[in-house]
Amino acid sequence: MKKYIIFILIAILGWTLAQTFKAIPFGADRRGDLSNPNKVAAYYLRQSPETLQTANSITAIVVNFRGFDTLGEVTVLFLAATGLASILYRKEEEDKTEVERVSLPSSSLVRTGAKILFPLILLLGIYVFVHGHLTPGGGFQGGAIIATGFLLMLITYKHFETNHNVMVWLESLAGLAFVLVGLYGLFMYGSFLQNTKSVGTLNDLISGGLIPLIYIFIGIKVGTELTNILDILLKIKPGREQ
Amino acid sequence: MTDFNELFIKYKDLITLAVYGTAIMLIIIGLYAVLLKKHLVKIVIGLSIIDAGIHLLFVAVGYIQNGTAPIFSPGYEQAANRMVDPVPQALVLTAIVIGFAVTALALSLVIRLYKHHHTANIDQIKSLKW
Repeated sequence: MKKYIIFILIAILGWTLAQTFKAIPFGADRRGDLSNPNKVAAYYLRQSPETLQTANSITAIVVNFRGFDTLGEVTVLFLAATGLASILYRKEEEDKTEVERVSLPSSSLVRTGAKILFPLILLLGIYVFVHGHLTPGGGFQGGAIIATGFLLMLITYKHFETNHNVMVWLESLAGLAFVLVGLYGLFMYGSFLQNTKSVGTLNDLISGGLIPLIYIFIGIKVGTELTNILDILLKIKPGREQ
Repeated sequence: MTDFNELFIKYKDLITLAVYGTAIMLIIIGLYAVLLKKHLVKIVIGLSIIDAGIHLLFVAVGYIQNGTAPIFSPGYEQAANRMVDPVPQALVLTAIVIGFAVTALALSLVIRLYKHHHTANIDQIKSLKW
């Protein structure tokens, strides 16, 4: 009985969504007039190369126009990592038994391959967040790539340990640096996270004012945070607690 | 080689149906998993699938015909007329990160529940009943 009610509810929801999106033509231009922007998309597309000299206008939106929102987003990620650690680490502190990895020992092929790939993955992640204002990608994506590199090492080597202190300090300092950049804008230019006036030229590596700096901090923060989350999740003991 | 734009004009209704249909189907499948599945991990996977559907819907709404990525790479400095709406993409970037945080936190709660009750089946977890 309950099952049928749920099916009816889902069908109603699907029908409503379908009716709503029938009214929104796919591929239609909804950005407004680009030469005289009166909508937010046209304004961003115009301001991003002109006043900010940032090639990637999505980065310009995420870090500059909606920079405060991104600070909140980083905070949400930090809270999730903290919450996960506090939920899962409670018992581990009490009994000091050796923490065993869940995974089986990997073959020498996998171990050698992981050793070769690990620095390359880190390099790719750093490249992605340093070039966040020029090419697709940015701090969050680069951080995720770095975390995949650490994940490769964590599942390949049973006794691979990330240096917990270094990770925590990097994460905290990167988050603090983000706020300090925001305060710099507040004191120098009058509003929180305000960008500098000297923004360089379009498509240079150092362009966009404070945008690359903020995205590098976000990249470090997200990379260390996701690594910590993966580390905690992999350290769970397979047995059941009593 | 056929231009993608010609194909788009020719099969516009079909592409619209495919994109919106996939997104709405993902949302529905995810909701089905959340409402009817008994295993907690499956419920978390359902939440992730709803997330994916919503992201697809967002990006699809921002697409314009014959559009390119909103990135002013060398050679594309004057191509702002062809660029898709960057706002939904920026919002989806935020939403993906929040979705990841939600999934990680939900999975940690599932692990705690499993360790406490020795099962991840919500029918067998008595303290959830009221």
